[in-house]
Amino acid sequence: MSELPNFAPALPEIFIALSAIALLLLGVFRKDDTTQGISALAIVAMLFAGLLVPAAAGGRSVTFGGMFVVDGFSVFAKILVLLASGFTLGMSVNWLVREKLGRFEYPVLVLLATLGMMLMISANNLIALYLGLELQSLALYVLAAYQRDSGRATEAGLKYFVLGSLASGMLLYGSSLIYGFAGSTGFDALARSFSQGAPIGVIVGVVFVLAAIAFKISAVPFHMWTPDVYEGAPTPVTAFFAVGPKIAAFAMLVRVMVGPFGDLTHQWSQVIVFISIASMVLGAFGAIAQNNIKRMMAYSSIGHVGYALIGLAVGDQVGIRGVLVYLAIYLFMNVGTFAVILSMRQKGRLMEGIDDLAGYSRSHPMTAVALAVFMLSMAGIPPLAGFWGKFYVFMAAIDKGYVGLAIIGVVTSVVSAFYYLRIIKVMYFDEPVEVLDHGTGKGLSFIVAVNAVLVALFIFAPSSLVSSAGTAAAALFGG
Amino acid sequence: MLEIGLAHYLTVGAILFTLGVFGIFLNRRNVITILMSIELMLLAVNINFVAFSYFLNDLVGQIFAMFVLTVAAAETAIGLAIIVVFFRNRGTIAVQDINQMKG
Repeated sequence: MSELPNFAPALPEIFIALSAIALLLLGVFRKDDTTQGISALAIVAMLFAGLLVPAAAGGRSVTFGGMFVVDGFSVFAKILVLLASGFTLGMSVNWLVREKLGRFEYPVLVLLATLGMMLMISANNLIALYLGLELQSLALYVLAAYQRDSGRATEAGLKYFVLGSLASGMLLYGSSLIYGFAGSTGFDALARSFSQGAPIGVIVGVVFVLAAIAFKISAVPFHMWTPDVYEGAPTPVTAFFAVGPKIAAFAMLVRVMVGPFGDLTHQWSQVIVFISIASMVLGAFGAIAQNNIKRMMAYSSIGHVGYALIGLAVGDQVGIRGVLVYLAIYLFMNVGTFAVILSMRQKGRLMEGIDDLAGYSRSHPMTAVALAVFMLSMAGIPPLAGFWGKFYVFMAAIDKGYVGLAIIGVVTSVVSAFYYLRIIKVMYFDEPVEVLDHGTGKGLSFIVAVNAVLVALFIFAPSSLVSSAGTAAAALFGG
Repeated sequence: MLEIGLAHYLTVGAILFTLGVFGIFLNRRNVITILMSIELMLLAVNINFVAFSYFLNDLVGQIFAMFVLTVAAAETAIGLAIIVVFFRNRGTIAVQDINQMKG
């Protein structure tokens, strides 16, 4: 008999799993409306897990028969994911109550999706990767269709389900080819076996896996679900989709490409370069014609994925550090923007049109300033955080000789500045048609303020984020 | 006497997988067909896994196939649930009617 595995590295995941079960039971046994209480408890559980993550780490440790790995990289990515889930769950509570959708399953589903993301980040085997990805995806399919009496939300859920399942199928097909031609599913064993090149079957498998993960991070040419799902899904769910799953899938992509297939860099980096350029271009041009702000944010997130992929295309430690810095800054910009979108109400109804923001600077001066900060930051205007995210990625690309890629990145970010600045123009210079409501939630204003301050003042303390991202990237390269 | 080798299994797997992918994209009638196509893709993958597992003399592939079967069941359950909710809202599950949002 083999002895029990070492549970200590997986402590945060075990804690999240147990709290999801406990909260589900609590919700069932309490008769009265418990959505707010359970959401608060879920946020506390995520905070606590966030404290456990660095405590459970301490160097690189592998457990559960090599299925599960904890290192500096996983700590960084897990803290980002927990922040994303915590923020977006905090933003949802107000919406759940107002739209009379207060069911306690919502926070439980968010917890389960978060658990799936943490398992994805820590996966060290194709089986563990698949199970983590599915745990996350299954919870997200339900969340997308959560507003079940809305035709658009259920349509978004259906589209997300079909295309997500297609992506899972491709991931599995790729995994089966990798397993068959390399003889193993463990990342460590795979990493050892490709130093003398790889059989063609493995290369095909890697391309399939890459395509599947590109679906999950919504990179072109696998982006077609993103605008529809972002527009149709309830806004707090869209906010969650835009940050949590994207960061987790990105971390998984980085670990898979750099870890087991690190020796095949010249095989896959061409593909990544292509995906990156296509995403940046489509993100910049696709958003121009949009009038729905959620749809615009979908194209914007496609573009941001393209920028972050530059760092992965570079493929060295500096590039991965750029990716991590970019993802962290992307998290704060997006959470803040979606918090503003969630507070756009007119006579109690949630508004989504860009035109509805007309005259916003006069009716809501503080929130308008915050939204302007987020938009300028996403466009990459210098003192703000978004500029530094792009800066580190582009620097890594130029150092490694990918000058063309960096130039395309700069050009597309100039193009994308058009639609970010259009929002500022609508807020500050257009005459208001009907004023948006005031006082749409203290929690939302708090989240907007925190993120706006972080994004605006990042320039004064960039070193803490950059150096921890550097440590995380070094952990991936065995440094 | 024809010996059935690994290549035969892989060919069957590849054909079934391709049929599944085409079933998703070329189908214009019913969402249930899409669910069946997804299932077909996953089963094609299972053929691959079990064949590789047998020819590599390694159990991991069969364990993976078990996990795929389990998750596929959960996935179908959620898919059917979403289809039921969609049907209640729209009164149809024809693929060409999934068009409230362009794209």
